Amino acid sequence: MTNLQQHPEPPAELEAEPVVVNLGPQHPSTHGVFRLRVIMDGETIQDVEPIFGYLHRGTEKLAEERSYTQVVTLTDRLDYTAAMSNNLAYVLAVEKLAGIEVPERGMYLRVIAAELQRIAAHLIFVGFSLDELGAFHTPLLYGFRERERILDLFEMLCGARITVSYMRPGGVHQDAPVDFWPALDRFLADMPHYLDELQGLIAENEIVVARTKGLAVLLAAKAINCSMSGPVLRASGVAWDLRKQDPYDVYGRMQFDIPVGANGDTYDRLLVRLYEARQSLRIVAQARKEIPGGPVRTQAPFFIRPPVGEAYGHVEAPKGELGFYLVSQGGISPYRCKIRSPSFINLTALKEMLVGYKVADLVVIFGSIDVNMGEVDR
Amino acid sequence: MTYGAGIAKGLMVTMRNLFRKPTTVQYPEERLPQHPRFRGEDFVWYEERCTGCASCAKYCPLGIIKIVTSPSGTQTQEGEKYRLEVFDIDIARCMFCGLCVEACPYDALHMGSGFERGRYARNDLTIHIDELKSAPKRPSTWFRPQLEAKGYDPFSGETVPWQGVSRASKNDPTKEEMDSRWVERQ
Repeated sequence: MTNLQQHPEPPAELEAEPVVVNLGPQHPSTHGVFRLRVIMDGETIQDVEPIFGYLHRGTEKLAEERSYTQVVTLTDRLDYTAAMSNNLAYVLAVEKLAGIEVPERGMYLRVIAAELQRIAAHLIFVGFSLDELGAFHTPLLYGFRERERILDLFEMLCGARITVSYMRPGGVHQDAPVDFWPALDRFLADMPHYLDELQGLIAENEIVVARTKGLAVLLAAKAINCSMSGPVLRASGVAWDLRKQDPYDVYGRMQFDIPVGANGDTYDRLLVRLYEARQSLRIVAQARKEIPGGPVRTQAPFFIRPPVGEAYGHVEAPKGELGFYLVSQGGISPYRCKIRSPSFINLTALKEMLVGYKVADLVVIFGSIDVNMGEVDR
Repeated sequence: MTYGAGIAKGLMVTMRNLFRKPTTVQYPEERLPQHPRFRGEDFVWYEERCTGCASCAKYCPLGIIKIVTSPSGTQTQEGEKYRLEVFDIDIARCMFCGLCVEACPYDALHMGSGFERGRYARNDLTIHIDELKSAPKRPSTWFRPQLEAKGYDPFSGETVPWQGVSRASKNDPTKEEMDSRWVERQ
């Protein structure tokens, strides 16, 4: 008879095997329906496999059966926090393809709209980053409070707040109303104080510094190899901005700096966006001062028939380089529409940034890339 | 850096914000002001101006406007209108891009200003021609610079008759003159 009280001898070394954890697709911190299959050794991340496609709507295919003007409404829904930038990238591609000239005033209005949208998108990013660091909702709503004023300006410009559909091949659909300019002046006067307050809240906050300084350092060489763009690349110290390198619309006349980070860590990625918002304010103020009179739109037909050929239009969207590659076969709709979305390509370096860190930092590092699922899955 | 200084600094901001006026509004009782250009869902359609050309239906990216016309008389003359039997706008699928309004060559279709058209059944979301005819005419000024030039505000409660939304000048012939011209020529 065996003794039930006697335990078997424990093995000399405990066997440990990696644990597979699924983060998402319905997780509040993955910025949409994004799934991360994380292989962990205890709390340390060993391997990461991003799985996406949950929000795939086939924008590129839908564009093939709509006329060039109608596709503008689809681009609103790519990166829904930056609809103006998406509109701009698309209409630039169509204008290049069909050879449409844009009046000066139209260009200035587009620059003002795109820069206001950049501030709004960066405010969302900063708010959600703090949300992910554990500062629940209060700083997020500080960001949303000022974003609300930008959305009010958009409502004056084009009648909508998120899905704006403001730009058309050949300019913008409508001139700004008379009460837009005083409202813009008030916004430009208030916004620097607000950005100072927000920066004071996060830049020297001990918790933010302790959790983000030196976290997930992305070296410049690695960032370039991974084809990163936008604030993530600039945080790594590469001064690459399409508004300077390949100026479109009237950016060539604007005076502004490219803020770059020193270390390429999560802290730099957080701060570089706040500095960029200040530069955007500078651009809006200059454009507001220099804007000429005249028409805002070249009368292009609704059913544009560009000559056979191809064109690539790209802009510096809040998340990075957003490009539209259009192929025309002479018809009223594009034969092929390829979207180079910054969020999707910025995810390339996700694995390198995550491996070796603890699971508590995963959400913070992932959030610092600032991806938008509407754009990743398209 | 000594710990604690940052927290004190953060609390200063919190204290400053504590005595601000709240930025939130109690929605159903209070409302934020909307701009007259707001693209809303209660479309305004002027029967008198519409010729049944179906430009709006053709320009819609989703194809949600349904128009059925029939000739108004036995002999349809040039300059005479079609009679519209069906003019359905499927609000359930509409994305309020406003391309239909931009397309209308006769300023017959306008955006509305509402955003609260909730219904229990999906079919009830379609706006039919009878509703379009009887609805109060408070058009949004989106893509209608002639309304903006007059300083018209859709939230003031005043309605705009079909003559008031014209882009034409006073020297243009009236509808009666146009009709009489056709009678004289016949």
